[in-house]
Amino acid sequence: MNALQPHWPVLVVIAPLLAAPLAVLIGRHRLAWAAATAASLCSFLLALQIAAQVRQTGPMVYEMGSWAAPYGIALMVDAFSALLLVIVCGASTGGLLVAARGLGNDIARHRLPLFYAAWLLALAGMAGIVVSADAFNIFVFMEISSLATYILVAGGQRREALTATFKYLIMGTLGATFYLIGIGLIYMMTGTLNLADMELRIREVGELRPILVAGGFVTVGLALKAAVFPLHTWLPNAYAEAPHAVTAFIAACSTKVALYVLLRLDFFVFQGNVPGHGAQFTGFILPLAVVAILAASVLAARARELKHLLAYSSIAQVGTILLGASMVSVTGLTASVAHMYNHALAKGALFVAVACLGTLHSQLSVEGLAGAARRMPLTMAGFVVAGLSLIGLPGTAGFVSKWYLVLAAIELGPAGVWLIAPVLAASLIAVIYIWRVVEPAYFGPSDPALPRREAHWSLLLVLWGVALLNLYFGLRPDFTLTLARQAAEALLSVSN
Amino acid sequence: MAVFGLYNYWMFVALLMIGIYTIMSRPNLIKKLIGMSIFQSAVFLLYISMDKVEGGTAPILKPGATDQIYSNPLPQVLILTAIVVGIATLALGLALVVRIRESYGTIEENEIRELDRQ
Repeated sequence: MNALQPHWPVLVVIAPLLAAPLAVLIGRHRLAWAAATAASLCSFLLALQIAAQVRQTGPMVYEMGSWAAPYGIALMVDAFSALLLVIVCGASTGGLLVAARGLGNDIARHRLPLFYAAWLLALAGMAGIVVSADAFNIFVFMEISSLATYILVAGGQRREALTATFKYLIMGTLGATFYLIGIGLIYMMTGTLNLADMELRIREVGELRPILVAGGFVTVGLALKAAVFPLHTWLPNAYAEAPHAVTAFIAACSTKVALYVLLRLDFFVFQGNVPGHGAQFTGFILPLAVVAILAASVLAARARELKHLLAYSSIAQVGTILLGASMVSVTGLTASVAHMYNHALAKGALFVAVACLGTLHSQLSVEGLAGAARRMPLTMAGFVVAGLSLIGLPGTAGFVSKWYLVLAAIELGPAGVWLIAPVLAASLIAVIYIWRVVEPAYFGPSDPALPRREAHWSLLLVLWGVALLNLYFGLRPDFTLTLARQAAEALLSVSN
Repeated sequence: MAVFGLYNYWMFVALLMIGIYTIMSRPNLIKKLIGMSIFQSAVFLLYISMDKVEGGTAPILKPGATDQIYSNPLPQVLILTAIVVGIATLALGLALVVRIRESYGTIEENEIRELDRQ
């Protein structure tokens, strides 16, 4: 294992990338699932090892084929990437465990190996984005993961899944192409694609206008991919129509990976090197974040279907993550990065609970779930725990990052206190929309036609595993907070 | 004169706008995909334009020639990758349109919306 240690960053990506064609070649759906899960688990264990290593000894750098940067292509895993890597690989592994029993008959048996191959490619793409230190490589990995995700979303049972995917495809491609334009302009001015090198050379650029335009293109393109408020329209239907296991996977990580690239470029590359960037970033992102938090929360409270409700809540949480980042301070970024992790835990658990509910209910409307707690008591209890974490009740993971967000707002002085209001409002509205599901499920009239039947034990195991992690990281937030703080300091080191 | 010297970049902007306008204004899904392709091709043009060095030739080493000026080969290689990505996206998009036609019987966005509402 020790001999392989320098190769960990690349192995995380290679394992699922190699397993993808293997899953197709195997052709038998159970074996393909086993191969996919094994590869995903392998990546997850490596991600945990990397996170532990990075926490102790600092960033890991890997030069592909021993070609030194900036000419060669480098991989770099620092605290920020390590935390995201854990989210991505963990979400994929959990999602695959759910997929074994939770897919129902969304996808025909003989197509399942292809489906798992697409899943592995999505995983490899997202893992590649977070380990890569090269702006163009990030684009390629982004497209790999996006194309695979479109396939996964299109696997939904209803025909609306196809139109949702088409919309996602158009918007996703626009976002990625905007990013490509931005990278092209930066390359034009600096002559490099390596992020660390870019950071140094961007200071020497005399003519700043192309860099400013590039910043605009990159930020808007990635905001589209991350479903930042006015650009979020692809997200609700894509989440709602995808197979439940897929929703659990992509809801936990796909928007976070886009946010990762956004923060990486805006802070690591631009912040401190381009004059006035911090103020521009705050001026652009802060209003969007506040509107996202309020508007999406209200939309969630009015949604009719459970998956739409949770999807709108995700858009509000993207706003919360960006609110922390837009304060451009170490505490704010710590809150932001920690919230990525904690929200992935909470939303992942909620969508696993949706997958459990989906094994019994064909319609997942909020009214249709009346009495669900009597039919599936363990599932609904898990839903409540994850819901509390989403709300941010003390003792759950969601509380920790929201607490840090409030601290960061207070640090800003009297003006910052106003920023606490949207955070609190979002939590209160979250109470409303989670209660809208929980109240009828526990106290509503139960449909006598439906039997009392829990989901398969493997689904419950994943659900309760993640739900308990929500409590664990709420009570012992060391792991998240150390990595998040290291990440925030690395992102801001330039300006200090 | 300086404005005409940037001819390529004006074409890039024009194609970009045509592409994005087509995506937004046409209800026909195939036309939307065509718009998307034009939009992506515009970016290829941007990359290809920037690697041009005045008086530069193809970046192939010739024995004996020491003072040759070469064009920058890197953007061309990058854009080769981006073209492949663009083709894959277009193929997936067209496959989706085929499936949409099979299950809705139409590829007009407004008609699909009507059908979804029912």
